[in-house]
Amino acid sequence: MSTREPLAPPRAPDQQTQPPAVELNGIVKRFGSTTAVDNVALSIESGELLTLVGPSGCGKSTLLRMIAGLMQPDAGEILLAGRPVFGPSASVPPEDRSVGLVFQENTLFPHLNVRDNIAFGLKGKSRRQVASRVAEVLELVELGSFLKRFPHELSGGERQRVALARALAPEPTVLLLDEPFANLDPNLRSQVRGQTVEILRRAGASVLFVTHDQLEAMSLGDRVAVMGSGRVEQIGSPKTVFHLPTSRFVAASLGEAYFLPVTLCGNGQIDCEAGRCASDCQLTGDRMEIMVRPHDVTFRVDPAGSGRVVGIEFQGAHILYQVQLPSGRRLRCQLPHTTDVPLGTAVAVQLAHGHEPVVLPARAE
Amino acid sequence: MRPATNSLEKLVKRGHRTERAWAALVAVIALVCLAPAVVIGWSLLNPTAEVWSHLWSTVLPGMLWSTVALLVLVFVGTAILGGGMAWLVSGYNFPGRKAFTWMLVLPLAIPGYILGFVFMSVFGFTGPIQGTLRDLFGPDVPVPEVRSLWGAALVLSLSLFPYVYLLGRAAIREQATTGYEVARSLGYGHLAAARKVVLPMARPSLVAGLTLVMLETLTDFATVIYFNVQTVSVGVYRVWKGMFDRQAASELASLVLLFALAVLALERLMRGRARYEQHTGSRRVLPTKALYGARAWAATATCCAVLTVAFFAPVAQLLYWAAIRGGFESDYFSYLSNSVTLALLAATLVALASIGVSNARRFSPSRPVRVMSQLTVVGYALPGPVIAIGVLLVLAALDGLLSSLGIEVPGLLITGSLVGVAYAYAVRFMALGVNGIDASLQKVPMELTLSARSLGAKPLRVMRKIHLPMTKTGIAVALLLVGIDALKELPMVLLLRPFGFDTLPVWIWQLASQSRWEDAALGSVTIIAASLVPVALLTRSLSAGDRPEDLPTSPAAVTLEHVNT
Repeated sequence: MSTREPLAPPRAPDQQTQPPAVELNGIVKRFGSTTAVDNVALSIESGELLTLVGPSGCGKSTLLRMIAGLMQPDAGEILLAGRPVFGPSASVPPEDRSVGLVFQENTLFPHLNVRDNIAFGLKGKSRRQVASRVAEVLELVELGSFLKRFPHELSGGERQRVALARALAPEPTVLLLDEPFANLDPNLRSQVRGQTVEILRRAGASVLFVTHDQLEAMSLGDRVAVMGSGRVEQIGSPKTVFHLPTSRFVAASLGEAYFLPVTLCGNGQIDCEAGRCASDCQLTGDRMEIMVRPHDVTFRVDPAGSGRVVGIEFQGAHILYQVQLPSGRRLRCQLPHTTDVPLGTAVAVQLAHGHEPVVLPARAE
Repeated sequence: MRPATNSLEKLVKRGHRTERAWAALVAVIALVCLAPAVVIGWSLLNPTAEVWSHLWSTVLPGMLWSTVALLVLVFVGTAILGGGMAWLVSGYNFPGRKAFTWMLVLPLAIPGYILGFVFMSVFGFTGPIQGTLRDLFGPDVPVPEVRSLWGAALVLSLSLFPYVYLLGRAAIREQATTGYEVARSLGYGHLAAARKVVLPMARPSLVAGLTLVMLETLTDFATVIYFNVQTVSVGVYRVWKGMFDRQAASELASLVLLFALAVLALERLMRGRARYEQHTGSRRVLPTKALYGARAWAATATCCAVLTVAFFAPVAQLLYWAAIRGGFESDYFSYLSNSVTLALLAATLVALASIGVSNARRFSPSRPVRVMSQLTVVGYALPGPVIAIGVLLVLAALDGLLSSLGIEVPGLLITGSLVGVAYAYAVRFMALGVNGIDASLQKVPMELTLSARSLGAKPLRVMRKIHLPMTKTGIAVALLLVGIDALKELPMVLLLRPFGFDTLPVWIWQLASQSRWEDAALGSVTIIAASLVPVALLTRSLSAGDRPEDLPTSPAAVTLEHVNT
């Protein structure tokens, strides 16, 4: 067996046990009496792109800065590629952490040209190595001919790509991006975003991407971590966190969501105002509610129906109908643009999850 | 144990070491800057009874009286001149107003010790005015004595009023506008609104300017010696240069320090609860009232008269003397080179220390570092004689320490060395460097520093490769401002100058003291020309609409920010 041979290359088993690029345990950070980061544990696998999403002030940027060593946690432990860089009594300075940083502001050194900006992080390498690495990363960001340009001669998108190239050049253990597209104008944004993801994939980098934009978070990340008031509320694939949120906060931060009270009707069925559906959930609390996103619900025109159309929003590819239920609760249904239902129409609403619905305890009144 | 842990310990130690090293650097600079004030403060708290009783029975009562009287007269003089001119050019419109607005800063370029001797030469007993009067009315014509407290106060007021003018003008123009408009809408006339609203709103700024003037008056002794006025600062000079009595000199210097503290306390008192308003975004300036006919020409004539007396006439007189004297003499060049050497030395010291302090604030951002970095600039509020005698005592103590350690540097450190003068200059002008360079570094976003560090650069490399190139303009301006202030500085070099090392101002002062006005003219013109550079910078920044504090022309000008925040 090859694994028993003493001189066997340790490649295969090593890959299995390769430590995560970033591992956080019990990170706490307080500013005065407020706890900005509250006991966060998180890991980013090697080569993984993890997005961290949450409203502003939820502690996501603080977390990023602590990983980079720009800020010291009050408690906890940080390991980068298995190497402890922060512990109870110790902190490695940022320059020795092997972390790449891209901020939302333009942080290219204005007095250095593109070549020298990228070469800044390649100290201690021979002239030839520097030249070839600079050429390599510039090729990666598709700005090969921009060597001699100065930052003020570049467009906003080009600057961010050079910043990315500069951060990637020293082959950091992990790349930390803090809202890197926030300052770009909206038209440019999606284009640069697409290019960035492509570059990161090609580079095979491990990435932590911080954003407040849930669409950006879900479209970029291998996994999405949702953060709220200092805690990581849920981590999972974009699909999981979107469809199966574990809390109302997560449900609401990733998209529009409505909650309707449910009753159990036996044989694996639950019942709510918008109809009946299958669920194997256990009704534990007194009051439980089912999450309904606009695409989880549909209706048909029915003069005897209990719902009433009270709002119409035309969105191009589809139409959002606001429907009022007998209880007075309202929810929105997303239907194809081919539907044409006038205001005030009586409709019969029905659930169309297409997957296990999410049932969560009702908010305490 | 994994090998990673070992390297972690090494890295952690190094990280802490760099932070501590930056903090230690600031601590050392703060200590060096504070030491002269501390030793003088020490002698204030530990008075020697026999020295004081001797001083009291001889010169002290007269000195105290002269000092208080001079301060009061200069206060009144600059308040009227500075405040009045500020109101005139901001509140009214008359021919030449725009030009006067910036020209009224020009008197700052003539140091008191130059204006003083020109004044003496023209109005003194041998001067043309008194000569003409004697010719006309006979030898017994009554003329006021020029060599008097009044003469000294007039000269100091004429050379210092632009401080009050600058601050008052900015406050009147930019801060009082809304208040003025409300007052007018409530039925007050132009003057009534000025008295009820504009003046109270400008008061904190006017008081700040007057505080600056008081501190500069305390620093000066070279000018008032022309006028035979014996202030406490003059006392420090006479006691030290006449008797080399270190004890008495430090006791008197502590008295000067007490006066400075009193001035600062008075400033707080006069400002009352009012706060110095920061810019309120709005760029609207006070509406002016147009003057017509005789009143307009009276306003123009007033400005012309002030400018003529305080700037143009003295400069013309000096140019005339320099021209009839003709040519350069070798003495001039040797004194000039001494002055330039000293200015370069002081500017370099200040720039290096300021670069250290501002970078430390960036790399080791903690409260103690911030506090210590603020302590490095206390010299701005210390009168020159206090710093000079303080430096003397510190270096003497150092000398004693070295010889007790068996290292003999006979006489080198105490007097007769350039080190002492450069040290005193650096302490006095430190605020210009630290505030200027720190403001420049503030414009480099923190993210840039952080990016550089995460790319593997240690703080020293970040400073060298990123901070220095990006702040080089700020550093150059700080070097220039400190250099020119050092070039024209007189009181400290008079107290501390090494034997045989005379600067241009010292040379001018000695010639002027011997009534050799014409010989002193060339040097004076040189000093004024150099002093015009910061004045021009100031004027430019004024016309660009910045606050005057952005570009202080003297270390005392930095007081504004500190006294008022």
